[in-house]
Amino acid sequence: MSTQLSTPINRSSAEALSRSKQEPQWLASLRAEAAELAETLAWPKPEKTRIERWSLGALGEYKAAEQLTRVEDLPADVQPYVPQDAGADFIVQRNSGIVFRQLSEQLKAQGVIFTDLETAAAEHPELVQPYLFSAVKKDEDKLNALHAALWNGGIFLYVPKNVDVELPVQALFLTDDPEATFAPHILIVAESNSRVTYVDRVISSRTGDAAPSIHHGAVEVIVKAGAQVRFASIHHMHPQVIDLSVRRSNVERDGRIEWIIGDLNDGNVLSDTTSSLDGAGSTSDVKVISIGASDQKMSLTTRAVHFGKNTDSLMVTRAVMKEQATAIINGITKIEKGATKANGVQTEKVLMLSPKARGDANPILLIDEDDVTAGHAASVGQVSPEQIHYLMSRGISKAQAERLIIYGFLAPVVSEIPIEAVRTQLRELLERKLLS
Amino acid sequence: MSTKFVIDGLKATIEDKEILKGINLEIKGGEIHAIMGPNGTGKSTLASALMGHPKYEVTGGTAELNGEDLLEMDVDERALAGVFLAMQYPSEISGVTNSDFLRSAINARREEGDEISLIKFIRQMEAKMKELDMNPEFAHRYLNEGFSGGEKKRNEILQMLMLDPKIVILDEIDSGLDIDALKIVAAGVNSMRSEDRGFLIITHYQRLLNYITPDYVHVMMQGRIVKSGGPELAARLENEGYDWVKEELGIVDETVGQA
Ligand SMILES: Nc1ncnc2c1ncn2[C@@H]1O[C@H](COP(=O)(O)OP(=O)(O)OP(=O)(O)O)[C@@H](O)[C@H]1O
Ligand SMILES: [Mg+2]
Repeated sequence: MSTQLSTPINRSSAEALSRSKQEPQWLASLRAEAAELAETLAWPKPEKTRIERWSLGALGEYKAAEQLTRVEDLPADVQPYVPQDAGADFIVQRNSGIVFRQLSEQLKAQGVIFTDLETAAAEHPELVQPYLFSAVKKDEDKLNALHAALWNGGIFLYVPKNVDVELPVQALFLTDDPEATFAPHILIVAESNSRVTYVDRVISSRTGDAAPSIHHGAVEVIVKAGAQVRFASIHHMHPQVIDLSVRRSNVERDGRIEWIIGDLNDGNVLSDTTSSLDGAGSTSDVKVISIGASDQKMSLTTRAVHFGKNTDSLMVTRAVMKEQATAIINGITKIEKGATKANGVQTEKVLMLSPKARGDANPILLIDEDDVTAGHAASVGQVSPEQIHYLMSRGISKAQAERLIIYGFLAPVVSEIPIEAVRTQLRELLERKLLS
Repeated sequence: MSTKFVIDGLKATIEDKEILKGINLEIKGGEIHAIMGPNGTGKSTLASALMGHPKYEVTGGTAELNGEDLLEMDVDERALAGVFLAMQYPSEISGVTNSDFLRSAINARREEGDEISLIKFIRQMEAKMKELDMNPEFAHRYLNEGFSGGEKKRNEILQMLMLDPKIVILDEIDSGLDIDALKIVAAGVNSMRSEDRGFLIITHYQRLLNYITPDYVHVMMQGRIVKSGGPELAARLENEGYDWVKEELGIVDETVGQA
């Protein structure tokens, strides 16, 4: 069904909502401006994907969230996504708002701020305002503008200069009320020479009804000179949830961003992960794993934009496509004039398990500088009958042989995921989705 | 029960070309049979048809292992029934480690809930790898990926050692092996010789048979076994080639399936 939606929000309703939540004036203005932009801007046009045909009207309404005292009160099917470690730094957003926060004394002592973005905007405007919508541009398209007007809950993670956060900080985003706007915004600021790992899960609870809804998320990661940020995110939502996820990182001199994305939703996905290598010597690394099933449509884009000299980007996407699923996988390496000695490498590989599935791998190199190196590899293949025969000739059943080959296809990426808990969870979810 | 493998009148086609034109062969436990023959005469086709490769269609004849009809079985069932084929060109499978693969193969032979323990498996695998003078790192390499020709062959033998088959078919296990490796592989095969295991060894060269003495040697031409004898037949072929056999049998073109 197509929805040429009349924008669900306008200048005055955005402002009114902001005021009702007692947000600071600068934020109310930002939302109002964005709402106005949303009325005129067009939807993004990712390669070969007509997102305007998706039911993008189901953004829902802001609903104040009820606080939780204990994570145990979350629905049972969500519990596996709660960190095992009881003392973990952990924040939960449920539908339109944050419902649980847990911050360790150690992080507080290190001066780290890890709280919801709404609170941070009120309490630390000097740290939030300069960065909010600096990497994700609200005037880029309708998607970003709407998000800027509507975002709720969210995360603010601030790591002071030279601080090394040892354990991953974690978050959980849960949608279980399709009528509530679910639009978390994550803002991470890593000051120079700091280091942090952030891990989140974006999930739906199946106890909720199956009306269509949208996860409209955005992530901004500001990596200052010499800082290192590792961002891992696993998305696993039911078929009726459309996942719109825009991620942007600006990386300063010698900084590093690592993205690990598991797009394991059952519904349509627009996932766009971009690293802007602004400073000399900055680097980025992105790994995306995805499985498409039933009649899911996905547009998975990774992008590295090189501005600085000696910048280095690596992008890897691997997707397994079942049934009638479609994935358009874009890898875009852009090297700007002046980014001498830049190096960009990307690979996109799709494994097709069904003749009705579709997988397009589009490597795109846009290079405006001569003194650079760039490489790409893309492939779309099937499980080879020769390989199946070989495994079966050792007594392995056909089903098990296929499983081994599929896991083998994903293994080189999964095994490189540096966070054990994420790796294990990803494996479990892969298993579940492959067997379903 | 001692092993008995009987192939009777086996015919097979590939892409509608008849390649096997009636193969008769009986292998008992404890016996080693060698098949020799010029290129393109159907040797690998015989091995593949017995294993059940989907490209080959069996159009006639039977193959029974201890009275069980092999041709009715799926490929994995044939393996579980005891057939092992060391392939001339083993597949490479990226992302699947040698040890994960072998463990799956072993567990396929065991009941659910009775899987081999990881420790026990690793010990077994390490011991067999040592026997074959394989670097332990090959356990963690992806299956055959980037293996040299000789390494692949050794890996086939490792699988044979681990899977304890009843009928072992080795298709050119000696090609690509250096002399030392040849001896090691031959020793591996000899260590597996037993009353309830039969071997069918496809080779072009006498030198493998110097280390593994066959009981019978068969010559294949035009998709048939055209001559059989003892080890002395292999020695004569090595010295004189195939012309005398062709002359004796009035064969001009020994290949099969060439348009
Ligand atoms: N997959 C295939 N597709 C087409 N033709 C095939 C195929 N496999 C075998 N053939 C043909 O069947 C004939 C017999 O081949 P086969 O591999 O059995 O010979 P071989 O005796 O093993 O030869 P070699 O000693 O060279 O290994 C050849 O003409 C070959 O080209
Ligand atoms: Mg051959």
